[in-house]
Amino acid sequence: MSVIQDPVNAGVTSGQQEPGGTNYINHSKGALSWLLTLDHKRIGLMYMVMVLAAFLLGGSFAVALRTLLFLRAAPDVAPMTPASQDLYNQFFTLHGAILVFMFIIPAVPAILGNMILPLMLGAKDVAFPRLNLLSWYCYMAGGGFFLYVLLSGGLDTGWTFYTPYSTSTNTSVAAATLGAFVLGFSSILTGLNFIATIHMLRPPGMGWFQMPLFLWALYATSVIQVLATPVLAITLLLLFAERVLHVGIFDPALGGDPVLFQHFFWFYSHPAVYIMILPAMGIISELMATFCRRQIFGYSFIAFSSIAIALLGFLVWGHHMYTTQSAMANAVFSLITFSVAIPSAIKVFNWLATMYKGSISLATPMLYSLAFIWLFTIGGLTGVFLGSLSLDIMAHDTTFVVAHFHSVMVGSMLTAFLGGMYYWWPKMFGKMYNETVAKVAWFLIFIGFNLTFFVLFVAGSQGMPRRYADFLPEFAIYHKISTVGSYVLAIGLFLVLYNWIHSLLAGRKAPQNPWGGNTLEWHTSSPPPHENFIEEPFVSEPYQMHAWDYDESIDGYVFNRARAEELEKQGHH
Amino acid sequence: MSDAHTHDGHDHGIGHVSPVWMLLGVFALLIFFTVLTVAVTYVDLGSANIWIALAVAVVKGALVGLYFMHLRYDSPFNSLILVTAFLFLAVFIGIALMDTGEYQQNIPPPATVRPVAG
Amino acid sequence: MSSEHEQSNHAANGDHHHPAHLAHHFETPEQQFESGKLGMWVFLATEILMFGGLFCAYAIYRGNHQDVFLYGYGALDKMWGATNTVVLLASSLTMAWGVRAAQKGQQKLLVAMLIATFMGGVGFMCIKGVEYQQKWKHNLFPGTMNAFYYEGGQAKYPEKLKHAIEFIDGRNSGGEASGGGGHAPAGHESTDDSKPVEHSDTVEADSASPVIIPAVFGAPADVSTIKPPANPTEQGVLDSAIDQAGDGSTPSAAHTQILWNDLSGAEQKKVHLFFGIYFMMTGLHGLHVLIGMVLIAWLTFKAFKGQFSKDYFAPVDIGGLYWHLVDLIWIFLFPLLYLIH
Repeated sequence: MSVIQDPVNAGVTSGQQEPGGTNYINHSKGALSWLLTLDHKRIGLMYMVMVLAAFLLGGSFAVALRTLLFLRAAPDVAPMTPASQDLYNQFFTLHGAILVFMFIIPAVPAILGNMILPLMLGAKDVAFPRLNLLSWYCYMAGGGFFLYVLLSGGLDTGWTFYTPYSTSTNTSVAAATLGAFVLGFSSILTGLNFIATIHMLRPPGMGWFQMPLFLWALYATSVIQVLATPVLAITLLLLFAERVLHVGIFDPALGGDPVLFQHFFWFYSHPAVYIMILPAMGIISELMATFCRRQIFGYSFIAFSSIAIALLGFLVWGHHMYTTQSAMANAVFSLITFSVAIPSAIKVFNWLATMYKGSISLATPMLYSLAFIWLFTIGGLTGVFLGSLSLDIMAHDTTFVVAHFHSVMVGSMLTAFLGGMYYWWPKMFGKMYNETVAKVAWFLIFIGFNLTFFVLFVAGSQGMPRRYADFLPEFAIYHKISTVGSYVLAIGLFLVLYNWIHSLLAGRKAPQNPWGGNTLEWHTSSPPPHENFIEEPFVSEPYQMHAWDYDESIDGYVFNRARAEELEKQGHH
Repeated sequence: MSDAHTHDGHDHGIGHVSPVWMLLGVFALLIFFTVLTVAVTYVDLGSANIWIALAVAVVKGALVGLYFMHLRYDSPFNSLILVTAFLFLAVFIGIALMDTGEYQQNIPPPATVRPVAG
Repeated sequence: MSSEHEQSNHAANGDHHHPAHLAHHFETPEQQFESGKLGMWVFLATEILMFGGLFCAYAIYRGNHQDVFLYGYGALDKMWGATNTVVLLASSLTMAWGVRAAQKGQQKLLVAMLIATFMGGVGFMCIKGVEYQQKWKHNLFPGTMNAFYYEGGQAKYPEKLKHAIEFIDGRNSGGEASGGGGHAPAGHESTDDSKPVEHSDTVEADSASPVIIPAVFGAPADVSTIKPPANPTEQGVLDSAIDQAGDGSTPSAAHTQILWNDLSGAEQKKVHLFFGIYFMMTGLHGLHVLIGMVLIAWLTFKAFKGQFSKDYFAPVDIGGLYWHLVDLIWIFLFPLLYLIH
């Protein structure tokens, strides 16, 4: 905390400006200044561009596969042919593989984590900026492999690469496994970086329990990334060896064990589900506190439930294998699966309690948090159904499962991601977005998503298998509704994109703190300068909303240092 | 308080300097255990052999970790990382091994190739 | 929250000299050093879990196919394995010594120790190369290259299979193994070539009738056409390798002897899996040795140019951690692959 500063007026100025008013975006120019940058914010932006491109690509496949199913519901128009079945297999595989490996996993940590984590710590950068850049290049290389897959025969194994089919199909499995392998490195490097950064670069005055909850969530996520992803790496290496050399470890025709592949795969991929949802939960904790303008309810419970979810997440992978593994393993996994519901529910109840008697502002990010709670509750509770053995044996591989995990991995994660993007958008770019358009887009996304997936719960409970290009006539209506829903969802997402681009081109200049949050990223200018803070920010309790006063002239909040110090003293006595 | 700020040592060097006798002593022990583990294979102890071999390996690994890798003198958190890694590995192998009883030695070849479910 | 702590720290920060090797986002060299170490340890944890997948596959297959492993490991030479263990341990010693030299600012000693460590890596890879070459010679490379590879329930390379069975049975019954370990690699190779002659009659006689294995997976394999080349009297012949470990007269009769015909039909088709796992494990480990060698070469270069000092030796320490981990993994690989009982 720099001493020479008038405590009352600190922050009344539009924040911390570099001399000449430069910020991290215009700090230096030229393509190389981006491609060789070590600045976490620029790397976050480069991740944003690529991850959103992957989202567009994978999302297109999703809409395409829904369209194929819609056409199937009108067989006179488009009769089923082997070619259209192959196309369907390709579409659902590519939508899954691209969206899982290239969108859902990196989205929150690599974009918002990279962008916000060092700012929240009041640090100049992550602990290992070079590894951070390497992580982005790994992502690019992995993306390159997937592009190669697209151009060379595609992929039809499902994103799970289950053996023995993946060892025998003549699509580009080898390139896809290499791609996912390299993307895994990108994920590991991000996680490693965050762990070291949170351990070593917390500012004086910020103990573990003064950290914003987003950081707890990112920390828990990083632990999973670091401990689970290497197992995916070896799984994919072995699968690659299986394809190229026919080593036989996973191939039953050669004496191998395909169920072993499932153990390998899900030891990573179940925890990976928490890589997707934990940082999303972290975002929701931030949004809840800021937009209810009050101290988050049950801070330490939310913090510890993140860690609990991360650890328990490693012990439940077998619930993907109820139909293939031993009865003993089934019983153990079912039991532990139920226990994951506890920390998840703790979070939901804490968010609800935060809203209770809060002064809730229904800004776009808050609307997304509400959508998150709705979708996460649906996804979570249906997860409890599926955790019970007897029900899962029946619902296994039906669209009920599809609807369940899309509610969590897409519905919840996507709404939290979008909420977080809107929340930090002014900080990232220094521009505001159009609130009305944002709300319309939110509405379309919320309606579209529920339309798409709610009917799949119904269809699945009546026996509609997943990953089928064909279905009985009684399922036609569900598929029609679902496809229409996916179009609504897609329109909503394009509207979001339009709003963002419009904001970049013609958005109103953003104040330093448009929402009144007190985490450290709001203590620097929007967008932040090259090294994040010109003056050391005032570190205090992260959800102390009363340290900020609303200033109508800038439509933003202004830091009241004197009051902040007063509140800080009170908090200690 | 970030971990780095807890001690403020500038005057003394960074990290622990291992004395030569200790390095050589650890090396001698490692060689001794290597000879031991090979020698034990010439005695038939039934299924105990593998466990003895693994126990010796664990001791050797601990020596390398504690002394060559300075864990004994490092921040305990680094040891915690190592132990956590082994713990999760144990969970992985342990639970996967529960399934070995289900392994079928002979699987009839599938009649047709079908898309994989999952 | 602890304002006095803040103040002292940041007052110190103001006039703190920022050495060239200290990155801009760290406040003190110690913070940077500890961060680097923490990062490396986290990375090592990922390495352990990555190899862990292979150990898991190993445990599952060894649990399910005890005899296949007992049989297949006969192709490995425990003395080469033990020698490599010693080589790698020695290079770990020189690495740790190198870190000590760096900490004490002993430039020349540091360079010497790093070169010694690098040479340890070279020695390890050379021995590994000799071992791999031997496998290559007997067609024991993994997957479709393996002599024990079956396709549609039928041996893919009947001729190579016979040769490989002969090779492993010979070693498992104790006869051939005497060529191993203690001798120079060249001698070792030639022994393998000359020895099988005494059995060649059996093989020739049978080679007229191809090795037919019923196409149905479940049926017991018809391997009666292959006569076991080993005869029990050969058992108990000493592995000269023992000479190094013990007094040279320890009988190896205590070993469980598994020959090709002791394996069930289903197990015979899985012998190639042992080699798959062996090559995956040692191959991935060897790759790590190579990466470690590149790392050490880079450190040597920097040390040679005098870029390390008492105050700045973090790359040596952190690179050393990686090298020790490679050693650590081998410490487990060695008994699991070479000392199967």
